[in-house]
Amino acid sequence: MHELGITRSIVAIAAENAGGLRVKRVIVAIGELSGIDADAVRFCFDICAKGTVVESAKLEIERVPGRGRCAACELEATLTTPYGACAACNAPLRVIGGEELKVKAMEVDDVRDMRV
Amino acid sequence: MCVTCGCSSDDVRISGGAHAGEHEHVLPDGTVVRHAHHEHAHAHAHDHAHEHSHDHAHSGDHDHDHDHSHGHGHGHGEEPADRGRGIVELEAEILAKNDLTAAQNRGWLGVRGIVCVNLMSAPGAGKTTLLTRLIREAGVPVSVIEGDQETENDARRIREAGAPAIQINTGKGCHLEANMIATGLRELAPKPGSLVVVENVGNLVCPALFDLGETARVVILSVTEGEDKPLKYPHMFRVADLVLLSKVDLLPHLAFDKAACLANVRKVAPRAQILELSATTGAGMTALVAWLASLRTRLEADRTA
Repeated sequence: MHELGITRSIVAIAAENAGGLRVKRVIVAIGELSGIDADAVRFCFDICAKGTVVESAKLEIERVPGRGRCAACELEATLTTPYGACAACNAPLRVIGGEELKVKAMEVDDVRDMRV
Repeated sequence: MCVTCGCSSDDVRISGGAHAGEHEHVLPDGTVVRHAHHEHAHAHAHDHAHEHSHDHAHSGDHDHDHDHSHGHGHGHGEEPADRGRGIVELEAEILAKNDLTAAQNRGWLGVRGIVCVNLMSAPGAGKTTLLTRLIREAGVPVSVIEGDQETENDARRIREAGAPAIQINTGKGCHLEANMIATGLRELAPKPGSLVVVENVGNLVCPALFDLGETARVVILSVTEGEDKPLKYPHMFRVADLVLLSKVDLLPHLAFDKAACLANVRKVAPRAQILELSATTGAGMTALVAWLASLRTRLEADRTA
């Protein structure tokens, strides 16, 4: 599946932004409605990071819950599927959260910590 | 993987064009990068060759936006948490590279008034058969980008039906990505005002996640597949601009509950158009051709606005 490719992209984004420093932690947001399996990403991470400055970094995955808002009455609800109907008026829900797929932040070795 | 542009065409073979395998990208800072990824049968060393940036695609400029709230998430108003020293805030979309190429494709097509349709379905729903018929009845020149894991059979069928076709073989890949379409468009060199159909890899899961730069997405569901398919594969059906219920000539022989199926489509994709057709008998083709013509009208309006 393509979670391997997603994970490679995560590693690449972190490596490209590390400025040559060793990466200690990568924080990623994966929405519950993104269609991406967070567990599969975790599974691939160490393999993908091997041989890069991201090797040995800790991967933190923030799972973002699905959220919908009614197109008609603005009522919001939690979503476990990427669609739904409003409990109050039965109008379709717009997905407003849970599709995130981004590298939020990363932690690099502080230059001050590096032994000379 | 190409770290520069995020593509990995190691396993991807593109045939039918003059300089297949070469592509260029414009990076966010404006640098133009050219790569040649030469397609070769022996490049099967990688467990999964596809390096990609993913996104839920926005299928072009449509009034009915697909509620894709992500993809625009560059810290809109959020205060970054104070995570301490050594922390680099990135807010980097993982699919940014694919999306950038998709945006470039969309621009390239838009200025030429070329409608591009991303045709998706489970394997065997009838994409290629429909296309061989559409080529004759569309009323405009049609060219096709074919995606399959292996063989050139579909591209050959399209050419035999009278339209130019480029075959993309993804090897182990399960979907097409924007960089493959960019190369395909360059090879096909479709004329302004024509129709390009991308016949995606038969798969109701992965192609939904990758914006190709298309004008619209069409998902084919055949009556032999079961009424609850839309609920089983919501990520695919919700991004459809048009759902085509195919093989309707078989309905008399099936215990298919069409009303239930249509209700399920509407549950998952309330704003999608739905058309029923049979590529065998031709039923519904007129409506499909009219729908494609409306895409052209809208594209022209956007272009000249």
